[in-house]
Amino acid sequence: MSRLRLFIPLLVFIALALLFWRGLSLDPNYMPSALENRPLPAFTAATLDGASISDTDLRGAPALVNVWATWCPSCAAEHAYLNELARRGVRIYGINYKDDPAAARRWIAEKGNPYVANILDPSGHLGLDLGVTGAPETYLIDAAGVVHLRHQGPVDERVWQRVLQPAFSTLENGASGR
Amino acid sequence: MIVELGHFALILAFGLALAQAALPMAGVLRGVRAWSGAAVPLACGQFLFVLVSFACLAHAFLTDDFSVRLVATNSNTLLPAWYKFSALWGNHEGSMLLWLTILAGWSSAVALIGKDLPIEMRARVLSVMGMIAVGFHLFVLLTSNPFLRSFPNVPEEGRDLNPLLQDIGLVMHPPMLYLGYVGFSVAFSFALAALWSGRLDTAWARWSRPWTTAAWLFLSVGITLGSWWAYYELGWGGWWFWDPVENASFMPWLAGTALLHSLAVTEKRGLFRSWAVLLAIMTFSLSLLGTFLVRSGILTSVHAFATDPERGSFVLAFLGVVVGGSLTLYALRAPQSSGPAGYSLLSREAALLANNVLLVVAMATVLLGTLAPLVVSAMDLGRISVGPPYFNLMFVPLMSLLAVAMGVGPLMRWRDSSGASLRAMLAVPAASCLVIAIAFPFTYAGHWHAGAALTAGLTAWLAATLVAGLRQRLRERGGLRALPMLGFAYWGMVVAHVGFAFSMAGAGLTSIYSDERDVRMSAGDSVTLGAYEFSFLRTRHVDGPNYSAERGEFTVKNVSGERVRHLKAEKRDYHSQMGNVMTEAGIAPGFLRDLYVSLGEPIGDGSWAVRVHHKPFVRWLWIGGVLMGAGGALTLFDRRYRRPSAQQPVR
Repeated sequence: MSRLRLFIPLLVFIALALLFWRGLSLDPNYMPSALENRPLPAFTAATLDGASISDTDLRGAPALVNVWATWCPSCAAEHAYLNELARRGVRIYGINYKDDPAAARRWIAEKGNPYVANILDPSGHLGLDLGVTGAPETYLIDAAGVVHLRHQGPVDERVWQRVLQPAFSTLENGASGR
Repeated sequence: MIVELGHFALILAFGLALAQAALPMAGVLRGVRAWSGAAVPLACGQFLFVLVSFACLAHAFLTDDFSVRLVATNSNTLLPAWYKFSALWGNHEGSMLLWLTILAGWSSAVALIGKDLPIEMRARVLSVMGMIAVGFHLFVLLTSNPFLRSFPNVPEEGRDLNPLLQDIGLVMHPPMLYLGYVGFSVAFSFALAALWSGRLDTAWARWSRPWTTAAWLFLSVGITLGSWWAYYELGWGGWWFWDPVENASFMPWLAGTALLHSLAVTEKRGLFRSWAVLLAIMTFSLSLLGTFLVRSGILTSVHAFATDPERGSFVLAFLGVVVGGSLTLYALRAPQSSGPAGYSLLSREAALLANNVLLVVAMATVLLGTLAPLVVSAMDLGRISVGPPYFNLMFVPLMSLLAVAMGVGPLMRWRDSSGASLRAMLAVPAASCLVIAIAFPFTYAGHWHAGAALTAGLTAWLAATLVAGLRQRLRERGGLRALPMLGFAYWGMVVAHVGFAFSMAGAGLTSIYSDERDVRMSAGDSVTLGAYEFSFLRTRHVDGPNYSAERGEFTVKNVSGERVRHLKAEKRDYHSQMGNVMTEAGIAPGFLRDLYVSLGEPIGDGSWAVRVHHKPFVRWLWIGGVLMGAGGALTLFDRRYRRPSAQQPVR
């Protein structure tokens, strides 16, 4: 019988391992966005190309809104994947956050442009209204400009497959079905 | 080319690790001595090739080869050469290569130094170490390859090492820590080898003791360095944050300390055998757990490694194999009874048992606090964080009890001590403990403080019991003449216990008596903090090799108006990191107190947010850590660990 007692450490470890296994699929940095299920804040701003843009211009179809900056290393890492998404036909708007527009233009010229349009937010006011905690961050909005999801950190194939695409497809189907 | 050679050498080393895991094991199972003996050259060969691979990566860093992705993201041409070298392990991939190098180093050390081990035992130990190495080789080669190139777009300049890491503390901290973490793999392998052979005897404890001590001393020094670094580099004067990653290094230390002491009982008395094996497994498992927690991104921490769930899955699987496998082996093979108890309540065995229970409870406390946020979020109950209040609440009583036991333990005899002689020896320590506990708060601060009384009293208790122990030993061996004959192991114990007393006193008194103020100051302003007056003289612009800085100069005077110290605190702007401003605190270190100034933000009109600290006894924390390491090192020079050939024929 006392042999069974020697299995206790193993059982404790198995419990811990199950906990870790579950923990791997949780994001410790995840914070629910205050904006979820609410429309984007109203704004009017300049774009990187010098045009003017407002929140209503983003409506019409589901889209991603990607907060980025040239000073952010993870943004550089995700940029190639954004290009790929744009090539697959995903509408992506950029918010160039607390950045230098000249540097941002060079960046786009060098790395390619996945964005339908880039909203300039050099002072970070728009970011503040959105509740941005750091770049990169990506919001999924529907055709009416309502925020459905927020993802903090770079978007890659894994994030797209597991987090964004399921919601995105639902929105797209919903939009075409209406 | 050299980079590819490094990659190739690493693959060869992986092959040798496979052979090191398999061949000696086959040799033991089939009884082929030559195969068992092959463990030694295989371990040395594996180390050699990992070392070549490490050197190749170091070469890439030192020559600014930005075609290597790791170099481009972590180094910079302006970086001083010393930091280019340490940038190698300032990131996930490179630090895993360092880990692997140290693992191979320990295993070749066992191969070379463990010559007097029976050949079968050595083959078993090295085979287990080979298996661990195989896992880490796979991890590095498959998920964290440091040798990846980025062709054809080779950047002209590297992104630079995080400025926080450009510091001597960080050059030293990870290698020391890893020497400790990985060093416990030796004790682990000895434990598994003993379980495997079914010979859990005192010889096993004797063999693994020096290795455990060596790993423990490196871990002690590593943790101390980390705490010291956080103190002067992060700019807010904290020295321990109960951050998950700090806890990850503290848990193996607590378990390793328990292991160290229980191995003593196993060696001397043949008791606690299953328990010591379990501790050896636990200690190394906690080191692996630390790796998992840091690399998987499963918990939020200030130690932000580039985290990646894929890597996390790999380490978790590896953890499952190593820990699950060894605990299964333990459950099936550990001896069921530890033999006749044969010791009384007043014996050294009992004191060491108390030590073990307290240390393991402390370890479990840290584990619980570290994992609680994960448990809560896994159960979808929301998000919590466990902070210092929980840990302090648990640690003050646990460490106090530990200190009490630590005083009595060395005075006890094995099996049984007489209550009367113990009472006689403990009379003076108990009295001095009481006197100091009452007197200290009043003489130091002028008013009563229970925490300070407890800290000072326990420190006095430890010091006085060590003196009592010394007197007892000398009396038994014929007076002062016996002083040189007490042996390194004894002195090592004394030094390490003095170190613990220092750290405990430092932690307690700093927490109680530290004082800090945040003020707005412009040149010419003064602020008084306790008995010191800090004056802000001026700011100056200074240029470093890869940064420019605003340097604030301060003088500090004591009550009588004497100038005590001139302090320089800097706000550094590193060229490569736009907008990433680092605080370099100005510190006047002292045995009894530190004075600490850090510059905050410029507020405009030439004034600055300034934080001044008065931190009494803060150095004692690290003095204690270094003494613990030194104590561990001393015991390694004990006569019983010298080669028989070098030993004087006794008698």
